Amino acid sequence: MTTATAPVAPTPAVSLRRPLRPTRAAAITAFKALLLRDLTVQRKNLKEFIPRTILQPFLLVFVFTYVFPRIGTGVGGGGGRAAAFSTTLVSGVVGMAIMFQGIQQVALPMVQEFGYTKEIEDRVMAPMPVWMVAIGKVVNGALCGLFSALLVFPIAAVVPATPVHLHVNWPVLLTITPLACLLSASFGLTFGTRFDPRQVPILFGVILIPITFLGAIYYPWTSLSAIKVGGFSWLKWLVVLNPLVYICEGFRAALTRSPHMSLWVVYLVMIGFTAALLYLGIKGFRRRVLS
Amino acid sequence: MPRLSAEAEITSVPAPAAGRAEVIRTEKLTKVYPGGVKAVDEIDLGVYEGEIFGLLGPNGAGKTTTTGMLTTTVIPTSGRAWVGGIDVIAQPALAKQVIGVVPQTNTLDRALTVWENLYYHGRFFGMSAKEARAEADFRLEQFRLTDRAKMPVLALSGGMAQRLMVARSILHHPAILFLDEPTAGLDPQSRIALWEILGQLHAQGQTILLTTHYMEEADQLCDRLAIVDHGRLLALDTPGALKRSIDADTVITISADGDLDRLAAMLRDSVAGVDNTQQVDGSVALGVRGSRAALRDVIAVAERGGYAINDISVSEPTLETVFIQLTGKDLRD
Repeated sequence: MTTATAPVAPTPAVSLRRPLRPTRAAAITAFKALLLRDLTVQRKNLKEFIPRTILQPFLLVFVFTYVFPRIGTGVGGGGGRAAAFSTTLVSGVVGMAIMFQGIQQVALPMVQEFGYTKEIEDRVMAPMPVWMVAIGKVVNGALCGLFSALLVFPIAAVVPATPVHLHVNWPVLLTITPLACLLSASFGLTFGTRFDPRQVPILFGVILIPITFLGAIYYPWTSLSAIKVGGFSWLKWLVVLNPLVYICEGFRAALTRSPHMSLWVVYLVMIGFTAALLYLGIKGFRRRVLS
Repeated sequence: MPRLSAEAEITSVPAPAAGRAEVIRTEKLTKVYPGGVKAVDEIDLGVYEGEIFGLLGPNGAGKTTTTGMLTTTVIPTSGRAWVGGIDVIAQPALAKQVIGVVPQTNTLDRALTVWENLYYHGRFFGMSAKEARAEADFRLEQFRLTDRAKMPVLALSGGMAQRLMVARSILHHPAILFLDEPTAGLDPQSRIALWEILGQLHAQGQTILLTTHYMEEADQLCDRLAIVDHGRLLALDTPGALKRSIDADTVITISADGDLDRLAAMLRDSVAGVDNTQQVDGSVALGVRGSRAALRDVIAVAERGGYAINDISVSEPTLETVFIQLTGKDLRD
């Protein structure tokens, strides 16, 4: 890489108070420090992070797979089918936990920072390109997603009253997990740069709710074939726009033997979504920071 | 997506034997915002090493936009700019190494304590943990914030938050410190405390660029000043030279009811040594040269014209006078 412009000002030399470091090295150091700062903040917030992260999945699993079977209104029917539902829900709950971190760790704080606190401006002045600050947000969000998945998985596996049949496909698990974390954090970046504080209720009500209800959390995507109008499985094809579908289907393939979407499709679409959302998110971030 | 640029090889531009080093240089720097608003219009600036340089102008004059362009957050429409010898437009990430910024709003990291705000800033700028710790301790001491070290930044008063922002902005030893309206919204005591801090930094050789719409601040603090309005640079010199540039050594301001155009004309014709007249806020300001007797004449002329005098004052020319003469309007408008 070379710099095309001749960055020589027509002035005598300025005696810098600190020697200049190469741009790339300085940027890498600054990026690491940014992650270190995020880690410090997460550590401080752990007391809030843990209950916030585990309560919703816990209640979901508790009501659907513990309470319902006990009171005889098991979802998915009784006996073996209830067990199948518990198994289905494991991957859904893990996927949803990761997706939520994208919103909670990336989108919501960013809406605040751009909206009124403006504190992001200090990190933008760190000696690195602006897009690296955005990537820092994504990496932090992805790490939080990973952590929340680790917290939530045991709940989904242990709480249900009916047995959960896990069958871990390690290569798939070890690739789907980071991909899901990055996808969710990029999703958060894109929405965090496009919403202002007044629109947060819309973010929840109009975007997050449909994504979770129609995100293949409670049922495998393939089972939607049964919902047809005039021979066309409309719901199955409507939800292909929902990134959570691929995350949940990916975990379904990684953790269970339940039916799932073709892994090729899962990987390709997840990579495509991540790339597109990262692009849009960084573009949005630059637009909010630079004028 | 922008790439990381190559190695920095531009630190030592050979210095001509004469002349002071310019820490900031702009050439026809221009910013037109979407919608066609020309916030900054072909500004040429040079800021010398070690000086406090002021951008003085009313709100909306283009001061913040100019600072934004020099600190990489506003992308110029045209023109060029160098900070510490680095092309800000071509190498923004590199330029950020040599600048410290105190923006108008409180941008302290609310998730961190007072001390952590300084410590992580040092780490962003490549300091080791040990070095950043020592710098943070030192700056807290210097800015009398040591007893607040472990507090969340939201617990700080406005003046203390401002001090912390200044401490943070110089922690990495920038070649130039930018302050955008640093005393706006501060109580008088905090304002004086900040002036003292800037004076100390100046004594240590820190180059400072500040924007302000307070002329006393510009007058007291700045070695040189640029007066800007509507995005254009109207004058650039030392405060003393700017005031001397007015061909008058005394300003008499007379406030009266009635036709002030007529009053101004009468005064111009009848009072000896009147250099210029300006009308501001229901009063007429006369620049008078070399005439100590002018005050008596002014009163006599006004009374002869049938004007009821509400107020009359005599003063030395101020930057306000300079500004009014350059723009025909009051700085406070």
